[in-house]
Amino acid sequence: MLLAMHAPDGFLTAPTAIATGVLSAGAMAAAIRASRPELDDDRIPLAGVTAAFVFAAQMVNFPVAAGTTGHLMGGALAAVLLGPSLGLLVVAVVVIVQAIGFADGGLTALGYNVFNMAVVTALGGWAVFRGARRLLPATPTGVTLGAFVAAVASVVLSALAFSLQWLFGASAAVPFDTVLTAMLGVHTLIGLGEGLITAGVVAAVLAVRPDLVRGADGIDRAAGPARLPRARFVLAGVVASLIVAVGVAQFAVDNPDGLERVAEDTGFSEVAEDHALGSSIFADYATAGVGDETVSLAIAGAAGTLVTLALGTGLLLLVRDRRRGSDASTAPTA
Amino acid sequence: MGAGHTHPLYVHEHSPVHHLPAHVKLVATFTFTVVVATAPREHVVTFVVAALTLLAAIRVARVRLRFLLPRLAVVTPFLIGALLLPFVASGPRVDVLGIPLAEEGLWGGFGIAVRAVLGATASLLLVATTEVPDLLRGLERLRAPRLLTQIAAFMVRYLEVIVGEVSRQRRAMTARGYDPRWLWQLRPLTAGLGVLFVRSYERGERVHAAMRARGFDGTMPVLTEERPAGVRAWRLALVLPALAGLGRIAGLLVHG
Repeated sequence: MLLAMHAPDGFLTAPTAIATGVLSAGAMAAAIRASRPELDDDRIPLAGVTAAFVFAAQMVNFPVAAGTTGHLMGGALAAVLLGPSLGLLVVAVVVIVQAIGFADGGLTALGYNVFNMAVVTALGGWAVFRGARRLLPATPTGVTLGAFVAAVASVVLSALAFSLQWLFGASAAVPFDTVLTAMLGVHTLIGLGEGLITAGVVAAVLAVRPDLVRGADGIDRAAGPARLPRARFVLAGVVASLIVAVGVAQFAVDNPDGLERVAEDTGFSEVAEDHALGSSIFADYATAGVGDETVSLAIAGAAGTLVTLALGTGLLLLVRDRRRGSDASTAPTA
Repeated sequence: MGAGHTHPLYVHEHSPVHHLPAHVKLVATFTFTVVVATAPREHVVTFVVAALTLLAAIRVARVRLRFLLPRLAVVTPFLIGALLLPFVASGPRVDVLGIPLAEEGLWGGFGIAVRAVLGATASLLLVATTEVPDLLRGLERLRAPRLLTQIAAFMVRYLEVIVGEVSRQRRAMTARGYDPRWLWQLRPLTAGLGVLFVRSYERGERVHAAMRARGFDGTMPVLTEERPAGVRAWRLALVLPALAGLGRIAGLLVHG
């Protein structure tokens, strides 16, 4: 999503494109070698259908606030579900096919696009996930919380990677701290959304087929379905919000202009779309969202502050929805 | 899967560009984007020549601009970013209509915008004239790892099926009067996505089993013999990057 996502041709300098291209190719080669045992069993169709799932999942728009939606990136989710190497491969294939088959993202930008969207999110997300699992109980709940943390981290790491590439290979002289500020600020918020979606999906898969969640090895199946204990999840939410608040405030004091402009204008332009449930998967590739910039710009100003609050409340009600069954339609309407 | 196979970005035509082998077109498009992406942004001549060449190629391919232009929407976030650069970039300022803008930012924004638009248009032309399975076979002929192209081929083949499941979930939800629009209504949507993963995975297992039963050994049989691309095909396709390259040289001469 945003600047880190589907960058066009010539967005970063040629040396950066080549360097990230080499890194991405190396990571993919290593991932191919690591997933040989699985794929040698000629299970390529399985990997392909799962890649189609990631592609489709990116097309599902999620509500953020009235009329504003975002969608999943899926790197951390793929890693938690399929393991780091197959997860990396699957997301890399998605990114490559989006560039070559759907003209989404530049051909010469594939190096950094694959690196930021597949390599960093899958490997970084997996590393954080393993670390989190060591601290959390070996239960479905622990795995779900770990997936939440991993997904948040994967988005922030991706933004960080992009900012570093900008430092070395900017195609225009925007100060590094401006880019870093905007990228990290916006992506921490987006990361929280990614985390909620990832956790929700992992919890749902754990409830039906826990054996399909690679990251859930050695869990205590007897512990019952993933419960997201209110206290712990709220605590996680509060901590995350605090980090966001403190982090963003730090940067904001540093450089209010850059943050405000870049964050507002580029930040939310892509996530803002008409209404959540566009049925065509190709909406992103066609004309959707063109006329929405004004709307999204207006929303974006308020969104920064509101989203944090909404996320906190959302975490709470997410837990409540689960307890009450599917009676979530009682939420207030605008 | 049945009907509705056509890709929304593909334009069915019988132009010389459509008839070129996919791998030839891939090489031509990639070389073109490399020329455009590496040209210094001050070399306006290069971009003009590249744009005119690309327009000519679109003409030859009988793809209408009215079809391509709306699909350039993929790069709008970056165009907005480019528009902002004059405000956020550092360095000396110039006054434009009384507003002090960074000179460096104006050039930077121009560079990003022009490269993004030209690159995306070239990619769109490639997709408009080549079907995705052909593109993947083209990649294979260019020695991309078979494992990747095959995962991609299965992905493309089942994309419609999976997306169909998504839209059925949506319809079921809407039919029951559920229309989530706030973040705290995320839960049912994520649960739906979880179900989608399980269904996709199980479908993958079934496809795999069915293919094994029919003798699948890990590689797809090639049904049509691939003819090597003729010199004529290469010559025609490489006109695009060659003219852009000439534009690049002209840029060097004009702008120094």
